[in-house]
Amino acid sequence: MPDIDIATPLAPASAKTMLHGLRGFFLPHRIAMALIALAALAAMIAYMDWSWLPAYLPRLWSGLGMTMIMLVASVGIGFLFALPLGLAQVAGPWPLRWMSLGFCTVVRGTPLLLQMWLFYFGLGSLFAQFPEIRESWAWPYLRQAWPYGLIALTVSFAAYEGEVMRGAFAGVPAGELEAARAFGMSRGKTFRRVWFPRALHRALPTLAGEIILQLKSTPLVATITVTDLYAVITRVRQSTFLTYEPLLFLVAVYLCLSGALTIFLRWMENRIPSGG
Amino acid sequence: MAEFGDCADGDQMDDQAAIHVEDLHKRFGSMEVLKGVSLTARPGDVVAVIGGSGSGKSTMLRCINLLETPTSGRISIQGEAYDLRTTRSGDLEIADRQQVQRIRAHLGMVFQSFNLWPHRTVLGNVTEVPVHVLGVSREEADARAKAVLERVGLGDKLDAWPAQLSGGQQQRAAIARVLAVEPLAMLFDEPTSALDPELVGEVLSVIRALAEEKRTMILVTHEMAFARDVATHVVYLKDGRIEEQGPPEQIFGAPSSPHLQQFISSVT
Repeated sequence: MPDIDIATPLAPASAKTMLHGLRGFFLPHRIAMALIALAALAAMIAYMDWSWLPAYLPRLWSGLGMTMIMLVASVGIGFLFALPLGLAQVAGPWPLRWMSLGFCTVVRGTPLLLQMWLFYFGLGSLFAQFPEIRESWAWPYLRQAWPYGLIALTVSFAAYEGEVMRGAFAGVPAGELEAARAFGMSRGKTFRRVWFPRALHRALPTLAGEIILQLKSTPLVATITVTDLYAVITRVRQSTFLTYEPLLFLVAVYLCLSGALTIFLRWMENRIPSGG
Repeated sequence: MAEFGDCADGDQMDDQAAIHVEDLHKRFGSMEVLKGVSLTARPGDVVAVIGGSGSGKSTMLRCINLLETPTSGRISIQGEAYDLRTTRSGDLEIADRQQVQRIRAHLGMVFQSFNLWPHRTVLGNVTEVPVHVLGVSREEADARAKAVLERVGLGDKLDAWPAQLSGGQQQRAAIARVLAVEPLAMLFDEPTSALDPELVGEVLSVIRALAEEKRTMILVTHEMAFARDVATHVVYLKDGRIEEQGPPEQIFGAPSSPHLQQFISSVT
């Protein structure tokens, strides 16, 4: 066990210093690099053609909205599926364990693009053949493209995170669960109060990285006609014959999104100093 | 406690005992760790369990709150016997999970490796069981937790995280976690074995103060001098059997079994 003297604060993680220590941030090489980046940005604004931007702004906003919906919904729903997938592999009876292992292996072993096309071109045309489905309440949704994009992204996220949660559940020290048991907690309470929060906390650094990866997977929905941010930019390039400006704009937006996500998730991690 | 003894089966011997263990056997696969152990702790008793490694001390302790299910035998707490049933393979299993959980909540256990919950503060660790298992109100649990943390000398560490504490402080917090449930009996599983030598004293002095309050406890320990000092009754386990037991003066002063003589001379 770490014997940390309480008088000295916790040894700060390097990532934490980067965020919190403002004095450490302004080092000469950092200032130089920031100046170069600012100069590049200024040059881009001054010498490149941004006249298309105001006209496309409403469509860019709605594209950004679609990207965010795809990200948030697939991460949220996918994580809900990842929990049982991970738990089944750690503590489930063997049929469930093998089923979830099989699911994770198949999904993780095939390209997301392929899965998305199978859902959209495969399921989409299959559904259309059944009058029961075409007359059901779900048809107005099922005849659009975005549900298939969302399903593919969700399935993929669930499979990857199922694997992450499997490791996280297995990694919670047995003694902490035993203490819960020894104090009379039921299985459900042990899960809610100890096992799940501990696993989640251990998985957070990995999850943060996976959410960023998921953000960068969302442009694949553009291949099945969903107009996310990437699709809007493609439209811009086709109609303005500009190449670099729209793409650089896209780079900036994705960078901002992943930067904001990183900061938010790291803040969550740092709320609890953990020794194990 | 009124809720105990409801199911007492009229065994007069058991009624006085806080903990009564009868003919306990435990087998892991082909290895028999406990070969018929019987033990009684009356209220106020401090029973020290000593013995070499692999003698079955910890297993016996873990059977008392059913962290290990015995292969055969009978265990009752405050006169209430655990409801165990025999499986097809001839082992015992828990028949009434809720009964076991209810009894466990009143048997605090202190572990060798502390086992605090690292995602809760010291205060959170101590209020966890009262609030979420025993149904005590948050205010009452907080007040009680502050009092017991004060007792173990951690009154200024309420909002610290376990990872920020030394081993000795963590173990004292773990003892406070047990005190907060107002236990019928406390089970100590080698509470100082994982500590740096200079931190052992602070934990032992907390345990000593609890023993002096006549709290019922069963203490598995390697600290012979401490056991001699604090215990009202000492049990020497050897190869899964109680080889000798008695008051500490007798066990340490005039051991009759050659094994115990050898054990005592090897550890002191």
